[in-house]
Amino acid sequence: MSFDLPLVFALLMGAAVLAYVVLDGYDLGVGMLMPAASDEEQDVMVASIGPFWDANETWLVLGVGILLIAFPAAHGYILGELYLPVAAMLVGLMLRGVAFELRVKAVGWHADLWNWLFWFGSFLATFAQGFMLGRYLTAFLPGWGYFLFSLMVGAALCGGYVLLGATWLVLRTEGALQKKAMAWTRWGLLWVALGVALVSLGTPMVSELVYARWFDFPETLALMLLPAASAAAWAWVWRALGRSDWQPFAGAVAIFVLAFAGLAYSVFPYVVLGWLTIWEAAAHPSALKVVLAGALIVLPFLVGYTVFAYRVFRGKAKAGLYGK
Amino acid sequence: MDGVDALFLARAQFGLNIAFHILFPTISIALAWYLIAFRVLHARTGAAEWLATYRLWVKVFALTFAMGVVSGITMSFQFGTNWPGYMLKVGNIAGPLLGYEVLTAFFLEATFLGVMLFGMQRVSTRVHILSAVMVALGTTLSAFWILALNSWMQTPAGHVMDGEALIAGDWLEVIFNPSFPYRFAHMMLASGLTASFLVAGLSAWRLLQESADAGAAKTLRAATLAAAVLAPLQIVAGDLHGLNTLEHQPAKIAAVEANWTTQQGAPLVLFAIPNELAGRNDYALEIPKLASFVLKHDFDAELPGLDRFVPDIPPVAPVFFAFRVMVGVGVLMLLLAWFGAWWLRKRAPPRWLLWCFAGMTFSGWVATLAGWVVTEIGRQPWLVTGILRTSEAAGRVGEAALGASLTGYALVYGVMLLAYIVTLTHMAGKGAEG
Repeated sequence: MSFDLPLVFALLMGAAVLAYVVLDGYDLGVGMLMPAASDEEQDVMVASIGPFWDANETWLVLGVGILLIAFPAAHGYILGELYLPVAAMLVGLMLRGVAFELRVKAVGWHADLWNWLFWFGSFLATFAQGFMLGRYLTAFLPGWGYFLFSLMVGAALCGGYVLLGATWLVLRTEGALQKKAMAWTRWGLLWVALGVALVSLGTPMVSELVYARWFDFPETLALMLLPAASAAAWAWVWRALGRSDWQPFAGAVAIFVLAFAGLAYSVFPYVVLGWLTIWEAAAHPSALKVVLAGALIVLPFLVGYTVFAYRVFRGKAKAGLYGK
Repeated sequence: MDGVDALFLARAQFGLNIAFHILFPTISIALAWYLIAFRVLHARTGAAEWLATYRLWVKVFALTFAMGVVSGITMSFQFGTNWPGYMLKVGNIAGPLLGYEVLTAFFLEATFLGVMLFGMQRVSTRVHILSAVMVALGTTLSAFWILALNSWMQTPAGHVMDGEALIAGDWLEVIFNPSFPYRFAHMMLASGLTASFLVAGLSAWRLLQESADAGAAKTLRAATLAAAVLAPLQIVAGDLHGLNTLEHQPAKIAAVEANWTTQQGAPLVLFAIPNELAGRNDYALEIPKLASFVLKHDFDAELPGLDRFVPDIPPVAPVFFAFRVMVGVGVLMLLLAWFGAWWLRKRAPPRWLLWCFAGMTFSGWVATLAGWVVTEIGRQPWLVTGILRTSEAAGRVGEAALGASLTGYALVYGVMLLAYIVTLTHMAGKGAEG
């Protein structure tokens, strides 16, 4: 039986990274929105993500894990190039994860400090992830233009996660906080529109490879469906606000899925842009097979108990759930 | 600067991260099983003190687990950033083992942790207990896979060469490699002891503060009894592990014993300053022939010395001293656990005994880290014994980036560790209400 194992693992890795971006994206977004809320509202916001954030971050380990297992040559290269932003992201995630637990257990100025670190960690991790995406798309080339582009992607991703976080709060909260979350959603939408537009303009400019991919007729015409669908999802979120609790979040997820599909199309089949394809970087088939067998057995259970956990905590979040 | 090169910085950084990380799983692996016991006791008896006990310790667990998750994510990146040569050479074996850890353990524990922490009012007692069991199963499975990998690196088996890299020939041989059963047992018992002394220590701290409910006296007793059973088991497991190491990694044992020359009737060195330049011990205090007896059960048996393995020998002093710290703390744990168990059988603990337990709250950490130093520095210069040297696996990250990130990590870890300890004592002071 011939089976394109590297392709299967590229798809798995893409799925894991997309799951991470959407899932940890909403809880990082909630973290970044914390300073805009009152103390009581902050407790509700944290309660809305409390049961999930540990598992959400596990998707990052899976995504990086697949890169490590399936494409070891690329893992070493990419993470070596991204050494400092990776360190910044990890410090951000660490501060945030600890602040999560400690903000409810501390008192006085300690509590304020952990609240601030929770915001700062969320922001630092998000910005670093966007910056890394920018560096990845520019094939880690040196130069100010590429550096500025990467900063811009970092800022755009902050907008994206804020949008996810705000729509998550629309879904999971009620009353005054939900009203606020709707306003945050609109700001997030504007931020995302600007960010996606700039990144979309910039990407073909910084990468010849992506340029060729995008402007290669007649595929370009089919490719145009992606921005069109993104615009539709954007408008759907805007219109659904105030009419539905779940539609804004679904629309925000749709925007992320479409943007991710566009990125995947732009870089495929490279795992390091212009240098290393998934087939060149792949590990030995014997290793890939044994992991795939395990993944096929475990993934249905994983999806099953993840759905179970989300069902257990369905409905509106209440303050005081956390730490009691 | 002399000695401060990129390899040293990469090792220092990885060592710092892994040492910081191991603190938290060491607690959470066994604490997860404690939580099941507390939860089941509450369900069976309906007693309020078990509920309060469960609530207090589930919060300790959540904090510990979060520290383990965030420091563990760091590890998954550093395999690539610090040791790219490692994955290129043995990635076909290390990768699947790590992959199975993520797939079978990480998601299981992280997902059910949410239900265990916040789901008590939302699911039935049965499902809630089941969630606690899933979390404990996850932490234990995680230890299983990572120790399989670590043991394989120490005593590789079941692999074949495929060009420049290794591939697995027989996965069962890879997983159940010669040192795995011993290392796994030793680590699980270490976790049991670390968690037991943490539970006993914080309970004693609560009794000292007079903020305790009825649960504190009960948990102190339960944890002391557990430690009294686990401590002698650990000594047996550690001894077997040592004999296994003598068979497969004799250089490590020679460093532990600071035995420089191969000799018959080797003495047991109680204390010495190993002199690495001269290849001998200064100020040695030793018992004649005892090392041969301990390791070979024969006073005149020949023990291989470091001279037989030159130049592939580990730094002797850290291994030698760390081993003595580990054994010393282990003996203290045994004495306190047995004395405490005997005393608490009929009497309430006096304040001085409570202070002893409170002082030993984090003793498991000291012993675990010391043991870690013995086994990980003791296998140098090999990263994978006989296959890959640590220096061959290092990456091309520059000294400046390594130095900057090492400083950053050290600062963050310092703050996190301080916050963790302060929060634990603070929570114990407040009891379950806080």
